[in-house]
Amino acid sequence: MCWIAARFSAAVIGPTGALIQQERFTPTTNILETDHLSREVGGTRIVDDVTIEVRKGEVLVIVGPSGAGKSSFLRLLNRLDEPTGGTVRLKGVDYRQIPPLELRRRVGMVTQTAYLFPGTIAGNIRFGPLQQGIELPAKTVDALLIQVGLAGRAEEDVAHLSGGEAQRVSVARALANTPEVLLLDEPTSALDEGAKSEVEKLILTVVRQNALTGVMVSHDLAQTARVADRVMVMSKGRLDKIGTANEVINAEGAFR
Amino acid sequence: MLKELFANQLSLGCAQAAVATLLALAVMLLARQRNINLERETVVALVRGIAQITAVGSILVLLLRGPEWTSIFLLTAMILAAAGMSAGRSKGMPKSFQVSLYAIGAGAGSVIAVMTGAGVIDTRITSLVPIGSMLIANAMNTNSLVMNRFRSEVESHAGLIETGLALGADSKQTVAPYAQISVQASLIPAIDSLRSLGIVWIPGLMAGMLLSGASPIYAAIYQFVTISMIFSSSGLTALICSLLIRSAAFSAAEQLTLRPLPVSARPVGRSA
Repeated sequence: MCWIAARFSAAVIGPTGALIQQERFTPTTNILETDHLSREVGGTRIVDDVTIEVRKGEVLVIVGPSGAGKSSFLRLLNRLDEPTGGTVRLKGVDYRQIPPLELRRRVGMVTQTAYLFPGTIAGNIRFGPLQQGIELPAKTVDALLIQVGLAGRAEEDVAHLSGGEAQRVSVARALANTPEVLLLDEPTSALDEGAKSEVEKLILTVVRQNALTGVMVSHDLAQTARVADRVMVMSKGRLDKIGTANEVINAEGAFR
Repeated sequence: MLKELFANQLSLGCAQAAVATLLALAVMLLARQRNINLERETVVALVRGIAQITAVGSILVLLLRGPEWTSIFLLTAMILAAAGMSAGRSKGMPKSFQVSLYAIGAGAGSVIAVMTGAGVIDTRITSLVPIGSMLIANAMNTNSLVMNRFRSEVESHAGLIETGLALGADSKQTVAPYAQISVQASLIPAIDSLRSLGIVWIPGLMAGMLLSGASPIYAAIYQFVTISMIFSSSGLTALICSLLIRSAAFSAAEQLTLRPLPVSARPVGRSA
């Protein structure tokens, strides 16, 4: 795990230390805020009183043991599940004031398994905009496919894609909605090592290139070290700690 | 053989019911040997079935002498009971009683009203109640089939449905294909009844008409009329149910609320 620590050092205080940090992470305004956010299911609080801010342009990685409430917390951010307490604000507006369909367009999501709709890659990419009555032109579809490394494959049937390719389509499909925030629920955990590394790089690239804000769930500390601007640790539904990767993870690659 | 042993019609009926019950219990035991546990359901259904049909038979004897309008109350009670039973078959389905009541009430109720108004169904209580009950019972079966199939389809496609929601799709649109499949599947029995009429089965109503001395051709045509009405009421019920469950599966904030049931809470036996 030493290389993780080295990677963190490079990210925070490396050769061009401050400059790198400035490029990667410029804390400006908060795009998302959770305010005492909770969700109770069957008498158990799976998300318990979580208050955080997600800063515009950052990649916040949520880590914690299985059952810590990471994915449940993520599902509350785009209101796929309803909080039983507290709320979320998107650019300062309580998200209950925003129509759910508009909210989910602005806060996109990529899930662990790439659930693709039967048909072509292009059909999947056009799905989101079509919900708003927008037919994406072929050149936009092509541009999105170039971004995710699937150039020229628009008319291919999704049934023939590998896991990594399917996840790339899933990322392009989320981007087609031009979201402001991208929620990523362990997007590489179902992939083999080779595909995992490629999709991880792709996600990081598209988040930076499109000036998105990323909130990613991960159970992989090495991955967290590679992609996180800040790390949020959850345990038993509660927020344990939040800070820069350097503040949260020690040199041995374990939580401080 | 039984006819020789029992001269009295009531005693003969009880003996015949006992033989039929024994056969049903034997099937239940056979299923048990294959680890399909239907004991409780089968015994409850048999006891309920004999008690209900005997009670209704007794009530009908009394009502036959009553005014025609009493049939409205009887049919309404049947629709309420059908909605309750269908909802009971659809555990975990949000608003299952309301959905069943509206679907069966509108599906079977409208066909009964239109056909009675058109003079196809006689307004006499002896005609309206038995034919109405056939339409309601079949509508109930169809409703249960739609709800069960829909729940199963939604549970197995929850990931795809929530992906649609996460991309900003309207909730009703995300489940539209599954509602369509559910309607198609639920109407298979009604369509098969219509297709096989007279070849695979000669229903009880026609047999009864023949026994009571009606013209065989008229009895046959009226049987077609009845099965067509069953198809119409089942079809309407399925369509209304599919429209209503599409909304019932989601919260006001377009969240999928129809979740897989714990194994212990899943219904056993056939769905209708």
